[in-house]
Amino acid sequence: MPKDIDINVHHVARVEGHGNIVIDVKNGELKKVELQIVEAPRFFEAMLKGRRFPEAPQITSRICGICAVGHTSASLRGLEDALGIEPSEQTVLLRKAVLEAEFLQSHVLHYYFLIAPDFFNASSVIPLAASHPDVIKRALRMKKLADDVITVIAGRHPHPISMVVDGFTRIPAESELRDLLAKLKESLIKDIPPTLDLFASLKFPSFERKTDYVSLKHPEEYAYYDGIIYSSETGETKHRDYKNKVKEEVVLHSTAKHAKGPFKPYMVGALSRFNNNAELLMPVAKKAAKKLGLLAPNYNPYMISVAQIVESVHNIERMIYLVEELLRKGLKDEAIERQTIAGWSAKLPQIKKGWGVGAVEVPRGLLFHEYRLDDDGLIMGANCVIPTGQNLANIEDDMRALVPTILDKPKEEITLLLEMLVRAYDPCISCSVHMLKVDFV
Amino acid sequence: MADKSSFAEAAKDKPKVGFFSFTGCEGCQLVVLSMAEKLLDLVGAVEVVNFREASSFKSDEYDVAVVEGSISTVHEIEELMQVRKRAKILIAIGACAHIGGINCIRNFDNQFEIKKEVYKDNASHFDSILAQPIDAIVKVDYYSRGCPPNRDGEEFLEIVTAILQGKKPYIPNYPVCVQCKMKANVCVFHKEKPITCLGPVTRAGCMAPCPSFGNACIGCRGLVDDPNINAHQETLKNAGLSVEDILKFYRMLNGMMEVGK
Repeated sequence: MPKDIDINVHHVARVEGHGNIVIDVKNGELKKVELQIVEAPRFFEAMLKGRRFPEAPQITSRICGICAVGHTSASLRGLEDALGIEPSEQTVLLRKAVLEAEFLQSHVLHYYFLIAPDFFNASSVIPLAASHPDVIKRALRMKKLADDVITVIAGRHPHPISMVVDGFTRIPAESELRDLLAKLKESLIKDIPPTLDLFASLKFPSFERKTDYVSLKHPEEYAYYDGIIYSSETGETKHRDYKNKVKEEVVLHSTAKHAKGPFKPYMVGALSRFNNNAELLMPVAKKAAKKLGLLAPNYNPYMISVAQIVESVHNIERMIYLVEELLRKGLKDEAIERQTIAGWSAKLPQIKKGWGVGAVEVPRGLLFHEYRLDDDGLIMGANCVIPTGQNLANIEDDMRALVPTILDKPKEEITLLLEMLVRAYDPCISCSVHMLKVDFV
Repeated sequence: MADKSSFAEAAKDKPKVGFFSFTGCEGCQLVVLSMAEKLLDLVGAVEVVNFREASSFKSDEYDVAVVEGSISTVHEIEELMQVRKRAKILIAIGACAHIGGINCIRNFDNQFEIKKEVYKDNASHFDSILAQPIDAIVKVDYYSRGCPPNRDGEEFLEIVTAILQGKKPYIPNYPVCVQCKMKANVCVFHKEKPITCLGPVTRAGCMAPCPSFGNACIGCRGLVDDPNINAHQETLKNAGLSVEDILKFYRMLNGMMEVGK
């Protein structure tokens, strides 16, 4: 039946940052689909230009409160790529552990605090705290566990203190790691089973649209920190060639620039990682995927949240593995003393002109940081490509495919389904509005 | 300043609290959320009516507005003025809201050039002004300092609790160095090759987490009253920094102070 629908959701709630959904249907025909990004522009790349490189991780960490460790990691990897620095094995293990912790923190927050209320018919987690106190206490306990890991290894969350180029300014004590290990093992036994029971009982909307799934890929591990860029449609791309896969364009309804692949929009994030790397998940996470009915490949964007739940199980198992590795190898006191975020009074011997790219997975998908340094270690150019920016075009394509199939539903239900779709992508809008492209000299 | 700002006057019943977010990373909301277990006790005492990151329920009635982020668009000025009008008490949380924070770095660049580089010919389409702290636009009753809000949000909780009890929150007015000594850290200026630190001019209250983790203070809590800037700059010069380095160092989070704060 021909129908007019005009949906305008101002500031979608329970997403990080400010975004609007605009849908215009005239006589049953879809005229307009927009995910408007109305967050104030941030200009991070401009802030970096002319600054000394050790400041970059500290400044870019402040792009996003939820992915602060992720930005720090991408920044450090990009700078080390430019400087030709290979950090120690211990540094890599510590960085991987702290990154896994941030995934756990972000995923728990997303699926318990932002997604679950939709299924309990609640506007937020606050009424849930009264009606389901055990659920909320469990969620907070899991988030606290992640915060504890980050605090022990990196100093605090958000905005880590001790993560610097070439290492850490403080190495955790063995006793601190042993405490973490006990808490991680307890959580895997105590918190994960009821989490899986809860979400296995929820029914996610069914909607399928196959797209290009892009993530890192590594032969030995479920890739977060290390790996090659992999697309389910176009195959492998080296991290330094990321611009062959990603191109940002200015769209007038968005202060976040949209990033698209060379051929069509693509998806990054938990579902892409799962589709590309599911066989490398840790054992309990594999069982969790089976229990939650998630099989690779899966083409339903609403299942991103389920992939996040599976990943959070994997995160705990991986942290247990990484901490045990650190303890088994014995902690070396290789704390880096000479670095400071501003002013580079004690110069690293390695400082030289260079260019580098850091590509790491963060909870919402693939993140790129690119830097060009001069001989004094000053940043001449920087570029950050954020997961949400890469997903925006894909979300709009999903909405375009979804809306015609649900036009017979009441407007409120259409609106809720669209809001849930946007929330499923877990968009991090303050991140994606960093946008200033500094041209590389 | 805080004379008419007690919760008792704010509301006879449960005070309604709204959380508002302007330009920033929204990490302050996250820190508040991570205090949730302790906040749940407080939730008994207050009613949260606006917390967009965590809730789709919105209300335009509130007694207390907690505001994070800097103001960096004309639209945000209008929104903030609405918030101020409706709130009896306004708490600015985090460095962006308190001192402008990281957003002010770009204030020292040519604004039109920046926009043009990002958005090309569409530059004039996007609303953006110099980044400013909240009290450059409206009156702020209380500040919860730090980037992120310090001591994992404990200080924020102390401030809210004090207001609930009708007391004035205690915020130290001495430099970070005092608390850094209490943590028994070796001063970074004493090391063989000194690293730079803003601790000597920055207001304490954080318990010096950055020096305690082997790094240096970046001044996220803003300056202490009457900082000895001249002596500090001399020390930074002796540590090998140029004037330009020193300016950049201060401007990382404290750029606003140069334009009259």
